[in-house]
Amino acid sequence: MKRLNKHSAIVDACYEIGATGWFLVVLLVAIPRSLRYLRETIRQIWFVGAKSLIIIMISGLFVGMVLSLQLYYTLSIFGGTSALGTVVALSLYRELGPVVTALLFAGRAGTSITAEIGLMRATDQLSAMELMAVDPIAFVATPRFLAGLISMPLLVAVFNMMGLFGGHLVGVNWLGIDNGTFWSNMTSNVNVWTDVINGEWKAFVFGAAISLIAVFQGYNAPPTSEGVANATTRTVVWASIVILALDFVMTAFLM
Amino acid sequence: MNPRRSYVAGTGLFILLGFVALAYLATQTTSLVNYQGGPNYQVTAEFLNVGGLKDRAPVKLAGVRVGTVSSIVLDQRSMEAKVSMTISKRYNEIPEDSFAKIMTSGLLGDQFVSISPGGSREVLKNNSQIINTQSALQLEDLIGKFLTSSGSSKSGG
Repeated sequence: MKRLNKHSAIVDACYEIGATGWFLVVLLVAIPRSLRYLRETIRQIWFVGAKSLIIIMISGLFVGMVLSLQLYYTLSIFGGTSALGTVVALSLYRELGPVVTALLFAGRAGTSITAEIGLMRATDQLSAMELMAVDPIAFVATPRFLAGLISMPLLVAVFNMMGLFGGHLVGVNWLGIDNGTFWSNMTSNVNVWTDVINGEWKAFVFGAAISLIAVFQGYNAPPTSEGVANATTRTVVWASIVILALDFVMTAFLM
Repeated sequence: MNPRRSYVAGTGLFILLGFVALAYLATQTTSLVNYQGGPNYQVTAEFLNVGGLKDRAPVKLAGVRVGTVSSIVLDQRSMEAKVSMTISKRYNEIPEDSFAKIMTSGLLGDQFVSISPGGSREVLKNNSQIINTQSALQLEDLIGKFLTSSGSSKSGG
């Protein structure tokens, strides 16, 4: 068993961060080579993106609904419930949409990427590919990385739309805020560049971070059942921490 | 459709759905809704004080949105705020001697420019200036006036 003193844990973490960064360079260099396997990339978008739609839509609906309820309570203290539409839309576009979608995506798609690649390694499929002169970085790793990159912004857009729908459902149909007030207040205060597009930038960066971590962990998992299990856990832990830390940094810069 | 093709179609559908959602968010829920395309003309007006008026605030006539505020700058010669407004060409028969006021929607709402039509036969054209203006109503000034006037009436009586 590995030594568990503090020193080695820090050194391990630094090693892992450095190796992940290097893996990003390897993946980016492999993008031109992986264009030959475009069909594989499309298949991965189907697996990580399209198949995450259901969970994203349901979560978006509930997040929007609870946001509307909570903000209605807060705004009613100040007599400003007419601003509900604005506050729901801004919270979703700028913060909750990208972050909640990213956390769900790490749990839904990140883990499956890590487990799949880890098992490919454990069952020697990656070595077999190398024997057949198929580059596993270009055929296995990069398509999954690109799929995460492409899927996240699209999933965030769907999440935001469902959230808005849920917020509207609770705010207008249940709490009785005027429909016109809800929309007109929103449309006069939400800006397409600073709110919608900046949220999409966050989604893009989160998508890159999650799929990079997931692919890296799978690719470097020890070829045992315990190794794959640990790698899957590490994907979720690292991805969650990185998402929340990046969120703070990006919010500070994009504000 | 063979199974090899079906996921390609599904992926295409997913990407399409994502872009439709993004397009909806960008055009239907943001200030782009209020974007008035098509031909328009510029009108300026000078105010002593614009209060909390912002760029892209609506310009209304009889409560109907006819344009938007395009820029607010300080005119150093007159020391007044010069407000430029973009008004849709559809509304090209606004009298030249119209009256521009800065009003607030509701007690705490956003400010906008309200135009009250005058009686002149001449109409506003591109780059013409609205002479008759009234500054933003300052709630603080109003309260101050109310306090001092009530104070003085007490001391007088």
